[in-house]
Amino acid sequence: MKLIFSIARALLLARWRQTLVAAIGVAFSITMFVSLLGFMSGLNEMMDALFLNRTPHIRLYNEIKPAAVQPILMSPVYRSGYHFIHSIKATGSRQGIYNGMAILDALRRDDRVTGISSRIVMQAFFNEGTVDITATVNGIEERKETALFHFEDYIVAGDALMLEKMPNSIILGKVLAEDLLVHVGETVQLTTAEGERFPLKVVAIWQSGIRDFDKVQSFTSLGTAQKLLGKTANYITDIQLKIKDITAAPAMAREYNHLFRVSAQDVQTLNAEFETGSFIRSLISYAVGITLLTVSGFGIYNILNMLIYEKMDTIAILKASGFAGRDVRRIFISIAMSIGIAGGVTGLMAGFLFSLGIDQLPFRTTSLPTIKTYPVSYDPFIYFIGGIFSLASTYLAGWQPSRKASRIDPVVIIRGK
Amino acid sequence: MDDIILEARHINKYFHDPVDVKVLSDINFSINKGEFVTVTGKSGCGKSTMLYILSTMDTDYEGALFIDHVPMANKPEPELARVRNEKIGFVFQFHYLLSEFSVLHNVMLPGLKLAKYPAQEIEKHAMERLNMLDIGRLAYKKANQLSGGEKQRVAIARALINDPCIIMADEPTGNLDKKNSEIVFDIFRQLAGERKQTLLIVTHDQEFAARTDRIIKMEDGRIIK
Ligand SMILES: Nc1ncnc2c1ncn2[C@@H]1O[C@H](COP(=O)(O)OP(=O)(O)OP(=O)(O)O)[C@@H](O)[C@H]1O
Ligand SMILES: [Mg+2]
Repeated sequence: MKLIFSIARALLLARWRQTLVAAIGVAFSITMFVSLLGFMSGLNEMMDALFLNRTPHIRLYNEIKPAAVQPILMSPVYRSGYHFIHSIKATGSRQGIYNGMAILDALRRDDRVTGISSRIVMQAFFNEGTVDITATVNGIEERKETALFHFEDYIVAGDALMLEKMPNSIILGKVLAEDLLVHVGETVQLTTAEGERFPLKVVAIWQSGIRDFDKVQSFTSLGTAQKLLGKTANYITDIQLKIKDITAAPAMAREYNHLFRVSAQDVQTLNAEFETGSFIRSLISYAVGITLLTVSGFGIYNILNMLIYEKMDTIAILKASGFAGRDVRRIFISIAMSIGIAGGVTGLMAGFLFSLGIDQLPFRTTSLPTIKTYPVSYDPFIYFIGGIFSLASTYLAGWQPSRKASRIDPVVIIRGK
Repeated sequence: MDDIILEARHINKYFHDPVDVKVLSDINFSINKGEFVTVTGKSGCGKSTMLYILSTMDTDYEGALFIDHVPMANKPEPELARVRNEKIGFVFQFHYLLSEFSVLHNVMLPGLKLAKYPAQEIEKHAMERLNMLDIGRLAYKKANQLSGGEKQRVAIARALINDPCIIMADEPTGNLDKKNSEIVFDIFRQLAGERKQTLLIVTHDQEFAARTDRIIKMEDGRIIK
């Protein structure tokens, strides 16, 4: 094998300029492939951060809808026959999760669950002069929301921690605050659906980047929300869960639905379209990468064909003096592979540097206050795939010419002189 | 009888392009160990064709070929390559050296392929062969910097590297001037005389042929003498 390599090396060096060009071709396409894929994965990860990090994997709540089992069905007298019931109304009196504390206890013992936070979601009016603005008030556990859903990342002014420390405090969506003409430290008037008025102190401003949200969302502590509604300390309307294995979310949601008799929504159903977007971005990167590699593969194919054409005599003499067809094939495959390896390694390094470069470019967007530069992924998998692709494409490019070389008939060449 | 190195039995060869032509018919002969044989005949009578068959490079023929008592029929290509490597040394009309390598490395290549000895030993053997042919001083030159006569001597050194059973040459002086031809002929005679090397040489040079052990004369694809 050492002999094969030394012959391959000698042939390579005899045409080092063309070889270099071919290797640069591979290096260039691997560079582009790695940095493009890194950039696209970075974007995907950012989008994940944007949607998935903020979204509970499973949400338990009480949906207001007509009971699936109507009372008449429970009566033994009316078991038989088919029931036509008109004008069914939802009872709707109860938005709170029934037996919420027991459910929370059960969830805490479930080791598939990694995080729990409860919420109270309610509607209210903010009064600004004579105008009333409808908004959603979320009673939240601030610390848990931050730990699980990065709540504090979206605070653009004030201090979210004050929510827990100061009673009757509120965090307003940025657009809502602008509409109400209030700043951090000032007070807003809130009227509940039941008609009670409360003054609340604004401690922070929240901005999600999605204007429709920023216009209607506000946050208080769980305790404040319970007080606004006149409910006891065990009243909650939503339980948000993070789980270990996100792919198990739909199954677990169905299980909780049965077990706790609550509505359960999983992240997959919520983000099906979002996944499609990620998939298409990856697909585009792979397509571009493979196209580039195909082009560089033709470069290798050309140089090998040229080499074989030029070195007919060499091949003939090698065969005449005892090298078998497979030895000749190995020689040319090693030439192709060394171009591939040299180009591939250079490409991977250049791609990494290029990614570092992209990572330095400033990128600001209101929807993602935590991101300052273009997102880039350095996932080792990308580099692994890049390496595999460079080897595979050079092997494929070298395969046909090598086979051709191995089949050269020395008699034809020697006679042809 | 035990010292037969090469034997051809009833070898026929056809070319099909453009029409079917029989270029060799019923070739029968054998070469003993240490014999110095020349093949002569008119141009186009099939000498080269026969040599390519005897050297196992051409496998498209009828009949049987034995090298060192081993039948060559139906051997797979890698095994034939091994036979060429180990048992046959070939010298062509054109010298066919690898211009990427030094003279020494060119001579070493078939030895490295055979890998019977470690590389240092092969290098020593190669150097001995070059010195024997009086071109030891060229060992580290690139092959393409040599004159035609020098190149042909390097080719002979290469043919000798694995101590082959037989050396075949197809008009080895066909491309050389008078003086260089003499040198090459002298080398062959020396190999036959001193080393008892078996030789099968195709040549047009009657004068040279006359001074060998045996002449095989060919005409129209047949051996006539
Ligand atoms: N590939 C081929 N296809 C068809 N005919 C061929 C082919 N190769 C050789 N021939 C014919 O076979 C015959 C023998 O050719 P060969 O080369 O063996 O002659 P030769 O005796 O070596 O001649 P020379 O002394 O000129 O070298 C010639 O008539 C030649 O035209
Ligand atoms: Mg000839």
